[in-house]
Amino acid sequence: MTGAAVAFSWNIVTDLRTMWEFSFMRNAFEAGTIISIVAGIIGYFVVVRRSAFATHALGHVGFSGAAGAVLFGVNPIYGLLLFTTSGAAGMGLLGRRAANRDLEIGTVLAFMLGVGLLFLSLYNGYATEAYSILFGEILGISDGGVVFTLEASVVVLAVMALIYRRLLFASLDEDVAEARGLPMVALGVTFMVLLAVAISIAVQVIGVLLIFALMVTPAAVAVRLTKRPLYAIVVSILVALFATWVGLFVQFYAQYPASFFIVSIAFGIYVVVRAGQAILARWVRHDVRNALPEPSNGSESS
Amino acid sequence: MGYRDKFVWRDATFEVRRGEFVAVIGPNGAGKTTLFRLLLGLQRPMAGALTVFGASPRRGNHRIGYVPQRHTIDNETHVAAETLVRLGVSGTKWGLSFSLRAERQAAAAALEAVGAVELGPKSLGSLSGGELQRVFLAEALVGDPEMLLLDEPLSNLDLRRSRALVEVIHGLVRSRNVTTLLVAHDINPLIQCLDKVIYIANGNVATGPPELVLTSRSLTELYGVPVEVLHDSRNNIVIVGGEDIHGGENG
Repeated sequence: MTGAAVAFSWNIVTDLRTMWEFSFMRNAFEAGTIISIVAGIIGYFVVVRRSAFATHALGHVGFSGAAGAVLFGVNPIYGLLLFTTSGAAGMGLLGRRAANRDLEIGTVLAFMLGVGLLFLSLYNGYATEAYSILFGEILGISDGGVVFTLEASVVVLAVMALIYRRLLFASLDEDVAEARGLPMVALGVTFMVLLAVAISIAVQVIGVLLIFALMVTPAAVAVRLTKRPLYAIVVSILVALFATWVGLFVQFYAQYPASFFIVSIAFGIYVVVRAGQAILARWVRHDVRNALPEPSNGSESS
Repeated sequence: MGYRDKFVWRDATFEVRRGEFVAVIGPNGAGKTTLFRLLLGLQRPMAGALTVFGASPRRGNHRIGYVPQRHTIDNETHVAAETLVRLGVSGTKWGLSFSLRAERQAAAAALEAVGAVELGPKSLGSLSGGELQRVFLAEALVGDPEMLLLDEPLSNLDLRRSRALVEVIHGLVRSRNVTTLLVAHDINPLIQCLDKVIYIANGNVATGPPELVLTSRSLTELYGVPVEVLHDSRNNIVIVGGEDIHGGENG
């Protein structure tokens, strides 16, 4: 829709400058950057806490909220926030073990998607609204949308910084953290609500169906590359940023949806990292086998 | 004592002194973990009095180091062992860390005390059962506790690795004068080092030095059915009778 007028030049700085002359591209890059940072950080905890399915489900819960908001003529982001935060708080209150119950979550997820469908069919503008909630509409983010995204992100990051070490302890070592006096339910609810806010703003970029690509995949790559939480968070942010920026850049010329490119780049990085590690592991094993006269196996379970 | 309106065990009186190495032994479901939960203040006794360091137990007591039987760490946990040990000091703090060096030093010292310095940079998911237990022990130790509660650290270890871990624990008990309660299924890897045994079975508790508790007479009284304690030539014991047979199976 836009690329027809502007040609790709191989001079990336000039290209970016050209792009940023369009306010919708500036907004897309700004919101995309903020959201990638938040998603990279929250995503690390999603991976450590094994809450990937809950994350996916919260996106769907958000869909019915957004669709309801559209029906009542309210900005969809408020519907998203209301539904995801209440769903998240509910999951958090049930405790972490409950938040990992696939069957219950899946049942609620399907129901919420159905409710969202009803809301949209009651609303006349059906197709485009549904499309942008489901798959994201990063080029449609307004100046006000960027400001709201920034405000919400600052709150999320501030709370995250405050509870960082406690949340990490509670996520990695539940029983010891509980014995050491950490408020496990309060921490769980707080994290889930932060996750809900992060999902709500990320939906603008990537949509509810593709939320995994920004909220989980970058962190899943990061934990494969480093064992230190802070480094993993940095890598996770970088992967999310790379996918978003390159995705936006490419779609400017290619005229396919940005979401498709973002999701594909995240997927590509994941595949390359996993495959690279598999090959590396095979090489190392090969080397060890050559170096040792006798293979020894250190397993010791009974 | 017990929970959910059901007495797990009752009429138990025992005392553990500073620096003692105590094994808590008994069949599954006897209430060994319940004892730990009571000491940690995670659960209240239904009746009776329990004091830890002269006060009633409370959650978050930093004088107690705890190693639970744990399930949250598996081979998909891509986090360095040193990170977990550091959380033993910093995991209850607010905000981001500004004293990285002190934390790192404390973690290194704790890992060294359990002979696991080389495990620090490794991923928790890549460690064997025995290595993980050492890391957990370091995590419990890093805050310099006066009491250690170790829940089944020897399960899933073969006899040789059990003995090695017991040696580490025994060394800590003696060098740091840290009171240690260790839940175990099998008494044999421990028997040489123990000061006291708390034997829980059939709703009863017997306590005392191992040579007095681990006798046919005392265990028959405890289980309420004839039980025999047999010794082999290497001083291993086998307990025959009761609800199940334990000891001698070596995990």
